[in-house]
Amino acid sequence: MALIEFTDKGLYCPAGRFYIDPWRPVERAIITHAHSDHARCGSNNYLSHRFTVPLMQLRMGPQNYQGIDWGETVHINGVAVTLFPAGHMIGSSQVRVEYKGETWVVSGDYKLEDDGISTAFEPVKCHTFISESTFGLPIYKWKPQAEIFLNIQDWVLKNQDAGKSSILLAYSLGKAQRVLPCLETVSERILAHGAIFNSQEALQAAGWKLPAVERVGIDTPKEHLKAAVVIAPPSADSSPWIRRFGPYSVGVCSGWMQVRGNMRRRNADAGFALSDHADWSGLLEAVKLTGAEKVFVTHGFQATFSRYLNEIGIEAAEVKTEFGDEDEGAVATPAEEEKSSNDEQ
Amino acid sequence: MSNDRPNIVSCDNGMALFAKLVTTLGNTTKTNEKLQALVDYFSVADSRDKVWVIALFTGRKPKRAVNSTLLAGWAMEVAGLPGWLFGESYHTVGDLAETIALLLPHKGTLLPAPQELVTHNLSYYLHTFIAIEKESEAIRKQFILQSWNEMDHAERFVFNKLITGNFRIGISQKMMVNALGKVVDFEPSVIAHHISGNWDPATLSFEDLLGSEATSTDHSKPYPFYLAYALEGGPGSLGDPSDWQAEWKWDGIRGQLIKRDGQLFVWSRGEELMTEKFIEYHALKDHLPDGIVLDGEIMPFDGELPLSFNVLQTRIGRKNVTKKQLVEAPVAFFCYDILEYEGNDIREWPLTERRLLIEKIIHELKHPVLRLSEIVSFSSWDELTAERQRSRDMGSEGLMLKRKLSSYQVGRKRGDWWKWKIDPMTIDAVMIYAQKGSGRRSNLYTDYTFAVKDGDQLVSFTKAYSGLTDKEFAQVDAFVKRNSIEKFGPVRTVKPELVFEIAFEGIAASNRHKSGVALRFPRISRWRKDKKPDEINTLADLKQMLVQYGK
Repeated sequence: MALIEFTDKGLYCPAGRFYIDPWRPVERAIITHAHSDHARCGSNNYLSHRFTVPLMQLRMGPQNYQGIDWGETVHINGVAVTLFPAGHMIGSSQVRVEYKGETWVVSGDYKLEDDGISTAFEPVKCHTFISESTFGLPIYKWKPQAEIFLNIQDWVLKNQDAGKSSILLAYSLGKAQRVLPCLETVSERILAHGAIFNSQEALQAAGWKLPAVERVGIDTPKEHLKAAVVIAPPSADSSPWIRRFGPYSVGVCSGWMQVRGNMRRRNADAGFALSDHADWSGLLEAVKLTGAEKVFVTHGFQATFSRYLNEIGIEAAEVKTEFGDEDEGAVATPAEEEKSSNDEQ
Repeated sequence: MSNDRPNIVSCDNGMALFAKLVTTLGNTTKTNEKLQALVDYFSVADSRDKVWVIALFTGRKPKRAVNSTLLAGWAMEVAGLPGWLFGESYHTVGDLAETIALLLPHKGTLLPAPQELVTHNLSYYLHTFIAIEKESEAIRKQFILQSWNEMDHAERFVFNKLITGNFRIGISQKMMVNALGKVVDFEPSVIAHHISGNWDPATLSFEDLLGSEATSTDHSKPYPFYLAYALEGGPGSLGDPSDWQAEWKWDGIRGQLIKRDGQLFVWSRGEELMTEKFIEYHALKDHLPDGIVLDGEIMPFDGELPLSFNVLQTRIGRKNVTKKQLVEAPVAFFCYDILEYEGNDIREWPLTERRLLIEKIIHELKHPVLRLSEIVSFSSWDELTAERQRSRDMGSEGLMLKRKLSSYQVGRKRGDWWKWKIDPMTIDAVMIYAQKGSGRRSNLYTDYTFAVKDGDQLVSFTKAYSGLTDKEFAQVDAFVKRNSIEKFGPVRTVKPELVFEIAFEGIAASNRHKSGVALRFPRISRWRKDKKPDEINTLADLKQMLVQYGK
């Protein structure tokens, strides 16, 4: 019996009788992070990092949540479970599962670069590593965050000179908080879409210090809407909501912006390839750092990444999950964005 | 776009400046912003680079110093990637130049020994392409690697684009002319004429092309074509029918036939010099008066009725036309306008006067290859509407409506010329294969192959790429991803379930296609969500259309 099995409800540990990020309701769920394709409603008990608890509360309302610290081991039916930072968003964790001398790590979503807010990724030695592969192609190579922030700031300044609003589209939970410090230095006022404002409030209530944002509403003074700096979720794009800021320029923050075609399809005025997932070399580095003998590759370019790992001598296999939205990389199309709010589109 | 502050770039590197221009043009769909980007570029760029940019953006291709296979091979080598992984990357990006740019190692790390990183102008690279064309593979490789090494991502992308060809960035000739109009002192029509035709950016300077002394000494130069918009909703809105002239609309290659200084030239609308391809016209050199430019349609024609465009297609792709092709695909020139006579530009004359002149010339000439495109007479719009029903029988694709007083204008303009095409033929078909698109459709399944029924079999008969909205493409893409049966390289076989109506302009017999037919301009006219796969048309229906309309 494998320590973790791939079932139709999700990743399952039969010895501990718990699931990790299940996509159907179960008795006991361990949650890597608060995005909707990983943390889903309906289970009886949730265990996650304590930073994740208020974010799940925001999304799923009151449930049986248990929050723990990184490095703190919990025993579930004799199986030792420990969380380690995954660097993907606030509270995001890798899950280490140990039983009778065997160790598996489930990565959830992760990135290696320290973004200053998500707590940096910590490699964990294991026998078997279950890795995501959202950006598992060598065309995905991220620039350092500092450089991308400079690009975003240049874009905002240029828009301000031209009397235009800058509307930055970023995921309301995670990416939005990550880019706030970069906007803070170029604008005294940052306007936020309601969805982002709600995340912000939940985080502030939990004790996070974040740059101040002003909620956009019917009472927002007209002069605040001119040449404004606005942060909004991707679904706000080409919606009537956005028109109040005109004239405006739309910038999209997403790893998919690495490829011109995606940017042109989105009709974005500017694209910033800022991602909360590991790029190709990040994925390879993470796999190597675990020292794992066997790697299972989930959501993203799983066929490509696992084939490459096998070719460089690391045994790997692809696994079908319901993380992300589609088979090869959840490339955002406007239609899909409307209906789903999962991570990184 | 604000006009208060020009977007001056402090940049001494011509290639970087060009890369920035391409990036800006690619990121905007707004005409004003594109125009401004071009004006900004022409205000600061090096003169030799400017000539090249005009050439590249009006469809001229640089020398192809290296083929795509070699280029991809070197990129894999320096990136240290296996071929299959390069292939996966390519199918996701949908563009070879961009794929390579994304995969190359960082600037300055490509070559083993540290190199001094120099910057160059655009023209340096284009001139080197010409210089190394005949050199050994090793020398060409060295140049390519050296160039990649000294460039950043955006520069590498445009550099690779120069090699792989095809800058499709949505710059119309009109926009180019308008942009140049802001930086040089000529009327738009003069600029359009100067940048038309047969000139070589490698040898011509910006001064020669558009400087104060520039004159058109090139005898081959065509005029910019006057193009019509489609008439929506019938001719009733055009006013008095007696103000209008109607002609059949031909489905051939729009062309200009030029004779100047004793020489004959044939230009296609794509501004391609095609004189050598249509040797039937050469006889006209001895008959046409000097200093004449005729506008018309290069048509496959056997002396009775126009032949299918498909017939013409068999010979335009070839470098040398064979005797067999001359017999099987003869051409004539269906003339409908005259732009220059006795060396004078007469585009300002009213259409009726130009028409009288070509009628006279062509009747006097009496040459079987030079034909007058017939006028369709009518006295009311109803009468013309009835005439239009005969289009297919005439071998035409509808009618052209031209205001009798119209001058010959530049580019696509509303108002005086309209095309009034007949409704396309349609057939219901099921999608059986899908492939990812390129450009703004990269990583989306947008290129489909369709099949009709033949008994209990499905027979593929056409591909179609366009006709759906972005939202519909996204839905079909999601369907393909969930309903793939097999994978052959980039192609997925898909569960035959989605039914589409395919519209097309013509049908011809073909032994290259399994179905035995080839369609002209196939596109998706609508998604038949109301139809099931067993309700689609049959191969017999297609064959029936072939008998009826395929010539």
